[in-house]
Amino acid sequence: MQLGRTRRDFLRSAAGVALSTALMGASPLVRGVRAAKKRKVIVITFGGGARDQETFAPQGQENIPHLLHELIPQSSFFTQVVNQGILGHYVATASLATGVYETLNNFSSLPPEHPTVFEYFRKDLNRPSSDAWVVAPSNGFNRIGESEYRSYGQGLGARVVLPKHLLNAAASGSAADYQHLLRDNYENPLYTPQLAGGEFELQQLQMILKLSVDDFKAHALTVSSPDELSMYIARRLMQQESPSLLWITMHDIDIAHAGAYSLYIDAIQRTDRLCAELWKTVQSEPEYEGNTTLFILPDFGRDADEDSGGNGFQHHRTGDAASRTTWMMALGAGVREGAIYDHPMQSIDLVPTLGAMMGFSPSLAQGRPIKELI
Amino acid sequence: MLPQDLKAEQFAGYPPQARKLVVAHLDALQQLPLSFVPSLLREVIDYDFKFPTERSAIDRELANLSSLSPAGVKDWFQAFSQLTLSSKLEHFDWINQPAQFVEQLSAHLWTTHQLDGFRKAAIAYGERLQSAVPPEPIPVRRLGIAVIGQGVASYDAPLFRNLRPHGAFFAKVKPDNGLELLLNAVAARAKAHPVPYGHWYVDGGQEADHSPSLACVSYRALEPARAALLHNIQTELQRPGMGPEELRTHLARLLPADLGMEGSGDAVLNRFQVKLLTEGSGSQIFSTTFAQWTAREALRRAQPLTLLVRFAPRQRQKPMNELLSGGQSNAELDFTGSLIDADMGAYYNWLNQQRLPGSEQSAFLVWFEGHSQALAIGPSLPRGTTSNTIADLGELLSLATG
Repeated sequence: MQLGRTRRDFLRSAAGVALSTALMGASPLVRGVRAAKKRKVIVITFGGGARDQETFAPQGQENIPHLLHELIPQSSFFTQVVNQGILGHYVATASLATGVYETLNNFSSLPPEHPTVFEYFRKDLNRPSSDAWVVAPSNGFNRIGESEYRSYGQGLGARVVLPKHLLNAAASGSAADYQHLLRDNYENPLYTPQLAGGEFELQQLQMILKLSVDDFKAHALTVSSPDELSMYIARRLMQQESPSLLWITMHDIDIAHAGAYSLYIDAIQRTDRLCAELWKTVQSEPEYEGNTTLFILPDFGRDADEDSGGNGFQHHRTGDAASRTTWMMALGAGVREGAIYDHPMQSIDLVPTLGAMMGFSPSLAQGRPIKELI
Repeated sequence: MLPQDLKAEQFAGYPPQARKLVVAHLDALQQLPLSFVPSLLREVIDYDFKFPTERSAIDRELANLSSLSPAGVKDWFQAFSQLTLSSKLEHFDWINQPAQFVEQLSAHLWTTHQLDGFRKAAIAYGERLQSAVPPEPIPVRRLGIAVIGQGVASYDAPLFRNLRPHGAFFAKVKPDNGLELLLNAVAARAKAHPVPYGHWYVDGGQEADHSPSLACVSYRALEPARAALLHNIQTELQRPGMGPEELRTHLARLLPADLGMEGSGDAVLNRFQVKLLTEGSGSQIFSTTFAQWTAREALRRAQPLTLLVRFAPRQRQKPMNELLSGGQSNAELDFTGSLIDADMGAYYNWLNQQRLPGSEQSAFLVWFEGHSQALAIGPSLPRGTTSNTIADLGELLSLATG
């Protein structure tokens, strides 16, 4: 209860500063009125795992200037999003994508047990595979695109791009060894899982993204982190494929598992910047401008400093309130600007909300649509 | 198998003192639920290599369990008994592999949404045990010292932000011979209160000259062990069927001899150091993580009366484009990043110290090495204040502990 009261106070305070400027020039629902083009939804998981005190709490606001001053004024902001499931990044993201708290082994290459949002979207709305994409930097996410659920499953899910895996494939045969880049599971930094599934193949770089292997490799040499590479691929996808449902999983923040606080902070600041850059891309792409709703939410938090069972920011193992409670912002088409909602919601409410917004029926999802967004 | 079926001969694989202890309390263990017993055995099985404080705590906990009536056992363990475990867990060899069982139990609790129930039961048990068996009083006020920012020429952002509300910030500290003064003060405490493993010096780099009466752990001294560990991991990863959970199980079984540490030094301290490297995350790679994790584990396990932790610069994390460019350059150091790491690490050291008995009387000092900024916390020092008093570090320590 104490946590809840504190969250409301500081989040109101944080967003209140920004709102005072936003409300002067913008009209609520303005983007919803303009949404005559085909509706697009982009989901960014602000991963992997960030706490309030390094983000929206007063002492953390310096780390998220873009979210705070550029995006929140345009958004509906939900201050208490609770994840009651397993706090591993793959299983938690799978839960976000299915609307059910999944229980699969976080470290295995397994599909979600329940149908994903991509399957509901494509099956109910009869959309082609090019209309639903996932971009994820972590190798463990290669099965997130579709479940093996009977009546959904194979062939109905999202295409999945793992940019680092692509990069490694692009480098095969050359003198460079990019293998170390694949060791991106920060909880097991020396372990590289084997991939299995229908991930995006190297030859499709040229065919789908209109990107030569050499250009891709050259661009990779200009970015500082896997999430930056992911955002590059996401932008190419938006330009070349214009998917209606695009899911981007960020993961740089999970460097926190290495225990170096400054690297964790650097990653939060980078993720903050990348989110704002993506929103700018939305505004500049004709297929997206004016008809896109963007959701940004962490998959979960990290352990509180005060919990003796953990080691503070380093992990998310205690299941305490700080590690389970995060936030979500929604902005763009159909979303009221400058609204803050304090009531608790669950992370599995996302999929039913997307269903209500986009017109599909996530019948097996266990969350509830967020009424303020539909 | 369930605890009620426990027999003395099943502990034949335990080290001698652990075996003797568990057999002496077998009747009590037989009354307890499976959701609890392996967690206790995980501590008992290492009894022969535990610090004195840990041994004392295990002795007192087992004595308390043996003193409980059947009704008392039911009352104390009702919440644990209500947890549902799988038959797979019941058939696991939890007597000889209690740590591995606890890992699997954890996964089971997460999966079955029982983690919160277990967590609540564990916290309640710990609090009740502490009331029933209060810790022994300590002979001197506990003291923690953190030295941060080694090699940083200047830093403009405010330091000690998390600690300032709890103590007095000193802006005009005389830094001359600071480390030497602090190490001498720690040595004097060790001499005055000669408690085994009671006074520690942890260094994230190369340790400075120090009194042999201090338990010393340093990142530099463990370089051969760290290299051996990384080699060991690489070898294991080549084995068929090796996954992250199998790797963790393998690491948990490593002994000092596996990392080339056998035959020299203190057996208890060697075991402790192996666990720092095999159980810590990032402690093998970043010296700042190593120093913070070592302090955390020393405080949790050995409960030292004095702990001096000197953070050193860690290697720089290369951005992706540099990694892609290749080249085997020597590891560069990240001085500013290490200062930020250590500033947070010092806060965690204090938090962990405050979890120990006598916290209301404990003292803490953090110093920006080579500079004039420090912060002192002590029962007689004001909180949330700034002082322009000119003092050396010995004088600051006196203020904190006075």
